[in-house]
Amino acid sequence: MSSDDPASGGPAPSAGRDRRPVRRLPAKQLLGLAGIVGFLATWELIPRLGLIDERYLPPASEVILALVRDFGLTAFWISVGETMAAWFLGLIIAVALAVLLGFVIGSSDFLRKATNSTVEFLRPIPSVALIPLAVLLFGVKIESSLMLITYAAFWQVLIQVLYGVADVDMVANNTAKTYGLGRMARIRYVVFPTALPYLMTGVRLAATVALVLAITAELVIGSPGLGREIALAQSGGAISGMYALVLATGLIGVLINVLMRSIEKKTLSWHSSVRSEVIV
Amino acid sequence: MQPDPTPAPAGKTPPSGKTLPEVMLSVRGVKKVYQTDGGDIEAVRNLTFDLRPGELACLVGPSGSGKTTLLKCISGLMAPTAGEVLLDGKRVSGPPKKMAVVFQEYGRSLFPWMRVRENVELPLKNQGVPKAERDTLVDEALEAVGLSHVPRSYPWQLSGGMQQRVAIARAIAYQPEVLLMDEPFAAVDAQTRADLEDLIRVVWKKLGVTVLFVTHDIDESVYLGERVIILSSSPTVVQEDIVIDLPDERDQLNTRALPRFTELRHHVYEQIQLAKKGHRPAAAGSTTA
Repeated sequence: MSSDDPASGGPAPSAGRDRRPVRRLPAKQLLGLAGIVGFLATWELIPRLGLIDERYLPPASEVILALVRDFGLTAFWISVGETMAAWFLGLIIAVALAVLLGFVIGSSDFLRKATNSTVEFLRPIPSVALIPLAVLLFGVKIESSLMLITYAAFWQVLIQVLYGVADVDMVANNTAKTYGLGRMARIRYVVFPTALPYLMTGVRLAATVALVLAITAELVIGSPGLGREIALAQSGGAISGMYALVLATGLIGVLINVLMRSIEKKTLSWHSSVRSEVIV
Repeated sequence: MQPDPTPAPAGKTPPSGKTLPEVMLSVRGVKKVYQTDGGDIEAVRNLTFDLRPGELACLVGPSGSGKTTLLKCISGLMAPTAGEVLLDGKRVSGPPKKMAVVFQEYGRSLFPWMRVRENVELPLKNQGVPKAERDTLVDEALEAVGLSHVPRSYPWQLSGGMQQRVAIARAIAYQPEVLLMDEPFAAVDAQTRADLEDLIRVVWKKLGVTVLFVTHDIDESVYLGERVIILSSSPTVVQEDIVIDLPDERDQLNTRALPRFTELRHHVYEQIQLAKKGHRPAAAGSTTA
């Protein structure tokens, strides 16, 4: 091809120049797509070749068909709505609490030291260990899901906010002080922007964890949502349907991550992690 | 030749019509001892000097002579262990409103999440200055430092010298009576540095502000100042306080070529060398344990 370019004369170089960036850009996406296609093909082949019984692992085509059928059902979208509502509410509550507490604890050396061991003790408790308690308190209502989601998401955000608040630059802070910025003004103009990248990371991590907990709560407790539908499909023997719902939760996870990344990019355009970054 | 260490306060006419005090900034017996796990460290022993309104004084000293410590005490960021700082006759107990500080680390002193204009505007906004007045002040300040073309940029998009100009513009817009500068040009290249030095002279003359310029650069102190205060090595006292009797109009080529410039530079250099060797002025010698 390189020998063709100079020979083809007049319009060719410009055409080549036009084509080249177009060809180079989607290379990564194409590779990603190839990966997905390869995965689906393997999935398709395994039950078809009889390596695993179709009753336990239906071929990909069947599952995708079931998923497409689901897309046409109101009941499916209601379940998605229920899961997303629990996810969103739980996340919002967790973020609000964590930001508030994070800033209060983080801006006081005394509080930070006093709470450190408690935080380190409570943080590793897996949220699922609280399921019996949640059921005891709220039954199978959405509050159970919210409690689990909030608990899991809260620590992700709190830890990040604490780090962020501690990361305030001495020179920036002294500058603000010499220009007469009081405590509240410094929190608003110096501490908050410093902690924002950390907060965004925390929220992104928490969003994923919150989805995991939302599905878990529905699966185990049986509060309404996609998780419960998965359990119902499984017990009802609708294996393709079950796989389709699992696939749906995966898609939701991907969408949440993409959404969080784009929010992060917009709010942190000034930050070195973003400003030097090539769009991924 | 030993210039008079206490110049008569008749030198400069204040820009405004009102009568100004004879002393704008007074550092009285300031002492700072840091308490560390390894014992007490005496960074500053006993510093006393006065600045007249509208004076431009440079503070030089060997590295580790407590220049930054002193500046923190003057700017109210840190309380001295003993002694006091008076600004316009009032004791400094926190960052005073009439004072602006330009730090050496412009990259950390400017807020990367704000555009140039917002950085300059923030202190005014915080003081509740009305929007229209704020705009005028910010425009004038950016104009004064030659940066009226980049208000929408972020500081990190600019060169080091330009960033320090933004920091200077922020200080100008704040309309301080005293401007403290903590080795502001130590991190910029030589050519930018010369430009910025001239900028400081211009701004100082235009605003009639009192400037205390801390530097470790002897040439810079002699070129910029009306007066150079030389610090001893730690624990710090004033080693010498000399008047720079160079012509008021300074320029990088001619001023630096003057025989008098060389003499003064030579003198300050000698004093710093003495300070490094641990020589202390007679007055403070008696306090040495």
